[in-house]
Amino acid sequence: MRRYLTRKLITYVLAFFAGATIDWGIPHLMPGDPVQLFLSKFDLEPGGYAALYKTMAQAFGTNLPLWDQYWHFWDGLAHGSLGVSIYAFPDQVTTLIFSAIPYTLALLVPAIVLSYILGNRLGAAAARRRVLDNTLLPAGYVFQAIPYPWLALVLPYLFGEVWHVFPISGAYGEGLLPAFSLTFVVSLLDHWFLPFLTVFIVSLGGWAIGMRNLVIYELENDSSRYLRALGGSERLIRRYAYRSASLPQLSGLALQLGVVVGGNIVTEIAFHYPGLGLLIYNAITDEDYFLLQGIFIFIVIGVLAANFIIDLVYIAVDPRTRLSMQGAAA
Amino acid sequence: MSVRVEHLSIAYRTRSGDVCPVDDVSFSVADGEIMGLAGESGSGKSTLGTSLIYLDARMRCLGGMVELDGQRLPIADSRAMRPYRMTEVSLIPQYAMSALNPTRKVRQLIADLLRSHGVRDREVMAELKRRIALVGLGQDVLDRYSFELSGGMRQRVTLLISTLLDPSLLIADEVTSALDVSTQRAVGEMMMEFRDRGISKSMIVITHDLSILAQVADSILVMYAGRLAERASTGTIIEAPLHPYTQLLLASLPEVGVRYDQTTLTGIPGRPPSLANPPEGCRFRARCPFAFDRCATTPPFEEVAPGHFVACWKAAA
Amino acid sequence: MSDVTATAPDAPEPAVAPLPGAPAAAIPLVPRRRGDLVYYALRNRKLVAGLSIEALFVLAALLGPAISPHNTTDYFLAHLPPSAQHWLGTDYFGHDVFAQLVTGLRESYLVGALGALCAALVGMALGFTAGYRGGMLDDVLQMITNIMVMIPSLVLLIVIGAYLKTRGVLFEGVFIGLTTWPWVARAVRAQTFTLRSRDFVDLARLSGRRAWSIVVRDIAPNMASYLFLVVVLLFGSSMLLAASYDFLGLGPTNTISLGTMMNQSTLWSALQLHVWWWFVPPGLVLTGMVAALLVANVGLDEVFNPKLREQ
Repeated sequence: MRRYLTRKLITYVLAFFAGATIDWGIPHLMPGDPVQLFLSKFDLEPGGYAALYKTMAQAFGTNLPLWDQYWHFWDGLAHGSLGVSIYAFPDQVTTLIFSAIPYTLALLVPAIVLSYILGNRLGAAAARRRVLDNTLLPAGYVFQAIPYPWLALVLPYLFGEVWHVFPISGAYGEGLLPAFSLTFVVSLLDHWFLPFLTVFIVSLGGWAIGMRNLVIYELENDSSRYLRALGGSERLIRRYAYRSASLPQLSGLALQLGVVVGGNIVTEIAFHYPGLGLLIYNAITDEDYFLLQGIFIFIVIGVLAANFIIDLVYIAVDPRTRLSMQGAAA
Repeated sequence: MSVRVEHLSIAYRTRSGDVCPVDDVSFSVADGEIMGLAGESGSGKSTLGTSLIYLDARMRCLGGMVELDGQRLPIADSRAMRPYRMTEVSLIPQYAMSALNPTRKVRQLIADLLRSHGVRDREVMAELKRRIALVGLGQDVLDRYSFELSGGMRQRVTLLISTLLDPSLLIADEVTSALDVSTQRAVGEMMMEFRDRGISKSMIVITHDLSILAQVADSILVMYAGRLAERASTGTIIEAPLHPYTQLLLASLPEVGVRYDQTTLTGIPGRPPSLANPPEGCRFRARCPFAFDRCATTPPFEEVAPGHFVACWKAAA
Repeated sequence: MSDVTATAPDAPEPAVAPLPGAPAAAIPLVPRRRGDLVYYALRNRKLVAGLSIEALFVLAALLGPAISPHNTTDYFLAHLPPSAQHWLGTDYFGHDVFAQLVTGLRESYLVGALGALCAALVGMALGFTAGYRGGMLDDVLQMITNIMVMIPSLVLLIVIGAYLKTRGVLFEGVFIGLTTWPWVARAVRAQTFTLRSRDFVDLARLSGRRAWSIVVRDIAPNMASYLFLVVVLLFGSSMLLAASYDFLGLGPTNTISLGTMMNQSTLWSALQLHVWWWFVPPGLVLTGMVAALLVANVGLDEVFNPKLREQ
């Protein structure tokens, strides 16, 4: 137990360090000076520019040697501060992130969970019925091949512009203020549906195909052969195959998270949905590097946390790991 | 109660046509008899044995009949065979080490399998416990997962499960191949004990190892290239085999205690014919030291002495 | 080694890949009749269908700019719907969409190939090393791989790309490769591990051959089919990643790609103005390219791996 968990924990800690360092490192190792870039937006007199540059450099610490800046970065992190946003000055980066997170989670979590569950069922069904397989397999591959941006354009076009069923951007209707009213909630859901559908559809294909392959493999393996030879019902064999296949599929979930997060970002940007994705986009266009870095760290933490949760679930579900951790004798 | 197989042929399709690992095979096994089914790799013995219980989707039954206790077994129809499996005919597979699903405890596996046959696990629980002790396992094995058990334990658990419903015919497919000699002996003795206690009535033990059969089997059936070569009681096969193939097989077995400077090991030169394109006539012809021109026609598998069948012109003479 | 993600050598990889359908185990070279592969290849519907469709796109990429009646730089009336003169209409700027499409196809293939190559090289180098050497080196490399896998590639690409003012196709391809290699390294390592314990490797080692020589001459050829399938998958996923990247406006400056077309169309309100012929074709074409690749990949896997064939 200890050895396994320590190993995992070390990986996560190192991953966090790596992610944070990359995050800090990129702007500092890239050509260009963030303060300079910021100030170039304003029309300043040389004298004023010099003074302002000095102040800002001091405020943002860019005049210090690299090591000191790195240290300050960690110091800030430890205090829960990710810096101040440039474009939304003087808002804290953390404030902006926290107001965007609920929207991102509202898209990500249902999309992942539902596509995973449904995808698994479809894949398992395809594995047993040849007819279903012949239609499902190509469909699954097509779905998985769809670029996120495309679906994020076609869906709102069809449902928004052409058929006027759903709105095409934003989180809720303009002119509405957040409140616990029915109109607001309906508007929220209305705006949520298409972006959710986008992430859902693309992910669905992948799970279905993965599960199908795993179930087919399990249906052919020795333990299934034995059950069949001893007259086990097809239902029993299917059930067992499904159980066996669920484990690698679960670890696959952890590894696909990065891809889905990326897709989610693209979707949010396309739909102007005010989650982290849109925040990133704005940060890029406004050259707000502190915001960008803050979001990156946040996403890294989020993905690591999700991985950890999945690891825990895996332990709970897989008897092998559970028992090896309790040191059961073979 | 007994097993009767008549003119059974099994084929599977390949790129170059049908291959028949089982070609017009007829034999019978008496009630309470342990018959050894011997032959080298590719002789078709495994296919013959397992076809009696489960015919792979890739295999087809070309013809023939299998009768168990006077009842016809619908081996060609997988769905119709299901009620017979485990209850009348059962199998200890070659892959016993990986036959148990790793995601279920043994207890659960047994319960689920029984339920497939409409048997409640508590009906057989008492008997199951007795048999666990019989094979030398602890009662806690029920609450273990398969990966927690050693290879030998898994083999015994598989033996247990396969025989739980007292099948009339038990097919043991290469159950000793992966074991060391002393465990082989133990498994062999266990199989005999199961027969003696009436847990299974007739047994077909498939192996390439004649020495095991010498210990365990009452009679031996030798197969070569998809056809039957010889069948007789174990004593007869070991002491006075008639078919040249059987003779050479026995001659190639190393004798315990004999050193290489006293006798060299002899094998049988040549290789078995390709089943995709079997030769005309007797299939052993190319490697047989006694072959003569009559061997160009297929010798029939017939009884030359009471209970002794051979497919050889020389032997029939 | 209590690595929960280790599967049995013969099991298909779970949905670990950036795209599903990763091939099953490596098939060691068995003496096969030469005609065998071709025979099965021709008979495999998925492979034939996938390859044919892919061939169409490749053809379009190669010949397109030559057969397209217009250039990407010619100006026409803006927002013309598809017609006989402009097969896919014109965009906001009056450029012919079809011309852009076939040019964009080339770009996508180029970036895809670059990305796949880069990821393959890095991933194989690390995977072979980790799988063959084992021990401490393996542990360290595994840790690095696990870490990299968890960092979402697109986000990393965004952060890097945001700082670069001019970006070329080379940059995009190489960076996509540098963010997607972890999956390759993992897969290669797992297979190398299995093969490493086989007899022929022991023989090679006993005969005193050097490690890299063994890897290149003994292990890799036995994984050839597997590696090929891996590269094909990488190709597809690189193309998709590049499209998303271009769509965000971080793609190569001054080039037209399928992603940039979608990006431009959004920026110029193609949705609201119902100029569907600007954004539907690029994504549709990309879907077709990648889907055909994936299906062909599965078919190829079946050809290489007899166990998967349904006879």
